Amino acid sequence: MRNIFLFIRRYRTILTFLILQGVALWFLFNYNRFHRAKFLGVANEMTGRINSQYNRVEDYFFLRLENQRLNRLNDSLLNLLPRNFASKDTTVQVVEDSVMSDTTGKYRRYISRPAVVVYNTVNAKKNYFQINRGANQGIKDNMAVISSDGSAAGIVVNVSANFSQVMSLLHIQNSVSASLKRSGDFGTAEWDGNDPRFLILKRIPKTTEVKKGDTVLTSSVSFNFPPGYMVGTISEINFDNANGMYLLKVKTSANFYNLQQVHVIENLDYNEQVKLNAETKVKIEQVKKSPR
Amino acid sequence: MSDFLRNILRLAAFILLQVYVLNKIPHLHRFITPYIYYLFILWLPFSVSRMWLLIIGFLTGLILDYFTMTPGLHAAACLLVAYVRPFVINILTPKDSSEFNYREPSPKAMQWTPYAVYVFILTLLHHGYMVFLEWLDVGSFLDFIIKVIATTGISLLLIFTAELLFPRRLKFRTNTA
Repeated sequence: MRNIFLFIRRYRTILTFLILQGVALWFLFNYNRFHRAKFLGVANEMTGRINSQYNRVEDYFFLRLENQRLNRLNDSLLNLLPRNFASKDTTVQVVEDSVMSDTTGKYRRYISRPAVVVYNTVNAKKNYFQINRGANQGIKDNMAVISSDGSAAGIVVNVSANFSQVMSLLHIQNSVSASLKRSGDFGTAEWDGNDPRFLILKRIPKTTEVKKGDTVLTSSVSFNFPPGYMVGTISEINFDNANGMYLLKVKTSANFYNLQQVHVIENLDYNEQVKLNAETKVKIEQVKKSPR
Repeated sequence: MSDFLRNILRLAAFILLQVYVLNKIPHLHRFITPYIYYLFILWLPFSVSRMWLLIIGFLTGLILDYFTMTPGLHAAACLLVAYVRPFVINILTPKDSSEFNYREPSPKAMQWTPYAVYVFILTLLHHGYMVFLEWLDVGSFLDFIIKVIATTGISLLLIFTAELLFPRRLKFRTNTA
């Protein structure tokens, strides 16, 4: 026993070094599971506060661009207002209603909340940005985030009380379901970690006609993103010879260098859809196991 | 100003500089992120014990990690730098303690050449280990080599510029203090 204490005493520096190194590597390689842990939430709250102070200064440098984008979006929304349309038949009046479901059989699937980006990087392989809305404002994991000009920007991955961490589209583990506007084919938009201006659209079969400049939208089969938001435009057409699919280089329409005002979009059916998906998998497995 | 207070301020300044200037500026190339924050560890006084050096190094890295959302990455690299630092200093400084009575590593205390070697070795270690950990996750070997060399080069440039622009007024170690 005494020898053990002597040993620890003699080699305590290298032991401390090895232990701390172990802790650091454990943090690093367990990050995906670890990021829900409590004290990263606390750190998130701290860095969030410092980041929002910094952001108050930084915002001034991008005001002009931001205003142009906001103005464009406002303009497109103004065009949708009911007062722009007159009914030819004066006996029928169109009534706009804001309740969750109405008698015409339509109901609300998506709700949007505005937020401001307080920290953002594009230089890493795994880029996250931080927004100034959190659990207190109703933000939950897996909500979609679109930029102020209406293009897909990322997905919420971690939430603290007043801030949330968003996995940007520029993240090598990111994959967003996207579709071609021209043909409606579904594919997956991913990032290869190289150039922050381009995403890669995979799994579009070669039989589809694709041209340079085609628009890529978020697809209607995504659980996170509402359909029809812009992802980007095709800038280069390549083939993946292994499986006969396209490898399309997509110029992102969101400018990740100066994200500022964003909208967080909640899919109100998200839980039900994911639950159904999971239950289906379980059911199929059971059918496979039991003899028919 | 006491050593303790001065080093706290230095840490805050280096971290803020790293997070809000160097990580934010449009980079020369996607491989090259300039790093300077670990200069804080290189500048710690000689009198800090090896144990404390490890703990301070680990915490410095961890603080930066929480800003960049990469828990453990910079902490591991800083810890390595903090562990190796005393060995490098031992090799590079004169053994005769009468010639050697400054408080912390600087070009003035160690002469330019040994100081440059000291900074170079630790910079290479820091970047080599950090990029290696990143590379385990994603990337190719050529990327890894280029990134280590380029990042080391640009960081050395930054450090020597800082060294020339802000010569530290160093106090002598005295028996009366």
